[in-house]
Amino acid sequence: MTPAIELRGVTTRFGKVVIHDDIHLDVRTGDILCLVGGSGSGKTTLLREIVGLLAPTHGTVRLFGQAVLDPDPRVRRDVRRRFGMLFQQGALFSALNVFDNIAFPLRELRILDKSHIHDLVFMKLAMVELEPRHAMLMPAELSGGMIKRVALARALALEPELLVLDEPTAGLDPDLADNFVQLIRTLQKQLGFTVAMVTHDLDTLAGLATRVAVLAGQRIIADASPAEVLDVDHPFIKTFFCSEHARSVMRRRL
Amino acid sequence: MATAAVEFSETPGTGIVRLSGDWTLSRLPVPLETLQAQLRDFAARGAAWEMSGVSRLDSAGAVVLWQAWGRHWPTTLVASDEQQAILARAAAISPALASQRPFSPLIWLARLGWLMLAAGKNARDMTALIGQLALDIVYLCAHPREIPWREFSATLYKSGALALPVTALVGFLIGVVLSYLSSLQLKTFGADIFIVNLLGISVIRELGPVIVAVLVAGRSGSAMTAQIGVMRVTEEIDALATMGISRTVRLVLPKVAALAVAMPLLVVWCSAAGILGGMVSANLEMELAYGYFISTLPKVVPVANVWIGIGKGFCFGLLIALIACHFGLKVRPNTESLSSRTTSSVVAAITVVIIVDAVFAVLTRRIGMPGL
Repeated sequence: MTPAIELRGVTTRFGKVVIHDDIHLDVRTGDILCLVGGSGSGKTTLLREIVGLLAPTHGTVRLFGQAVLDPDPRVRRDVRRRFGMLFQQGALFSALNVFDNIAFPLRELRILDKSHIHDLVFMKLAMVELEPRHAMLMPAELSGGMIKRVALARALALEPELLVLDEPTAGLDPDLADNFVQLIRTLQKQLGFTVAMVTHDLDTLAGLATRVAVLAGQRIIADASPAEVLDVDHPFIKTFFCSEHARSVMRRRL
Repeated sequence: MATAAVEFSETPGTGIVRLSGDWTLSRLPVPLETLQAQLRDFAARGAAWEMSGVSRLDSAGAVVLWQAWGRHWPTTLVASDEQQAILARAAAISPALASQRPFSPLIWLARLGWLMLAAGKNARDMTALIGQLALDIVYLCAHPREIPWREFSATLYKSGALALPVTALVGFLIGVVLSYLSSLQLKTFGADIFIVNLLGISVIRELGPVIVAVLVAGRSGSAMTAQIGVMRVTEEIDALATMGISRTVRLVLPKVAALAVAMPLLVVWCSAAGILGGMVSANLEMELAYGYFISTLPKVVPVANVWIGIGKGFCFGLLIALIACHFGLKVRPNTESLSSRTTSSVVAAITVVIIVDAVFAVLTRRIGMPGL
């Protein structure tokens, strides 16, 4: 089976600064991959390359077996309809209300009629545990937790096979973050999509990830299940996972 | 992966509808209407539904089915628990309410009313802003250490110094065109030398200030509105407030003051370029000597006109900056509002400048005219 995400020899350079050096990574369908790394190690850059917002200097990124940056615009569009992205700040369209934000990708398909879109939007809202009365609010009127939920609903609008999350719980208090992690896990079980995410929050990692890829020194130094990654002998992994707090979190969750 | 398909088999009593394939958003047949009509037709006949052939079902597929069933469960449905759960989620959604706004023949009257109210509100807020600035000036007189010199000089540079090339170019070209067109007319009367009077009065008194005002409103006014607007969207203005820094002192006042200083200077600069352009054009077209032009200019154009031009520049600068800041502070935190406020800012600034220019023309009709 073709992997959901396939990175082959990805090298990224900004000027003379090397961010990634020959990265290979496969994410199988149904995996929940968590990409961790120190600040400035290029996690978000790699994520942006996966969704095709940024072209790597060398190497290829394939999703579902097709190049993200295929020269054919139809192939590019079809690939982009098969994944959903949740941005760190939500990136909701500020001029549109919650309903129109979620309806936007559905309308762009030009297949569904008004009543289908209406029902689908409210189904997505219910999925992310928001109430119908929230549909008419503007993004500026939402709380941080609600913004994440609406953004998740919009990312899920096209029934994606792959969900890409950039710091899904950043800026949420621990309680809300826990809820959100729970929500993503429930939805993943129901809908069976693959997840690739970047996070530095150990609770999120321990609560979701079935696989962990560690980015350090421009390369992926470990790519295995969370329990196995803990055993890897590398200074970054030692400091990241093996502080007193981290150990207790990981023990509790695994 | 197969597209969503439907098959009907007639049996005595009722028929059975067998669904198969992927009932997912990406696999639904396009256009959807034929499938929908088919499904609705089967539902109307009261058929039994058999979903064991469906390999995947997502919410889009569920919604299509649920709506075809007329938003209630069919009498006989064979589906797995998972499929039932997905369909149940579609069933939980209340149908869309038709939201038709009643059309009123008097809607234009209401629109006019809203427009007047909005204009009134703008005028009131603008007055409040001017009042606040007056209070700020009094405060700064008492506490001169807090005068925001740095912001003042930054705006002076951005709106003044950086606008020099474009105002010179536009002024020069207007001068050339005006001189050329006038000389064609004047030549037929043999009144060539009056080009100096004509150019001098029109450029210095009228065209210079208005052209600079239009350029500055488009260039700096829009920039000011957008800057303050984005600062509101990103809550930077609130951040300033929590640091105990007044937004009017730090953001509005330096802009208004800097533009009130920069505009008169730009007017002089632009008028000079206009006169130069006219002079060159007159020389080429009518062979009017440069020396004659320069020596005649002060004789036929009373110096009061220069002061009127500078005074207009001062007023226009003040107004453009005030209007720009006023609209910037009214931006609501979304992109649509930002664009509409920036547009309003430029349109309002140019309109107000033209109106004030007309008022100036009436008030100064006895000043600076040759032969009066």
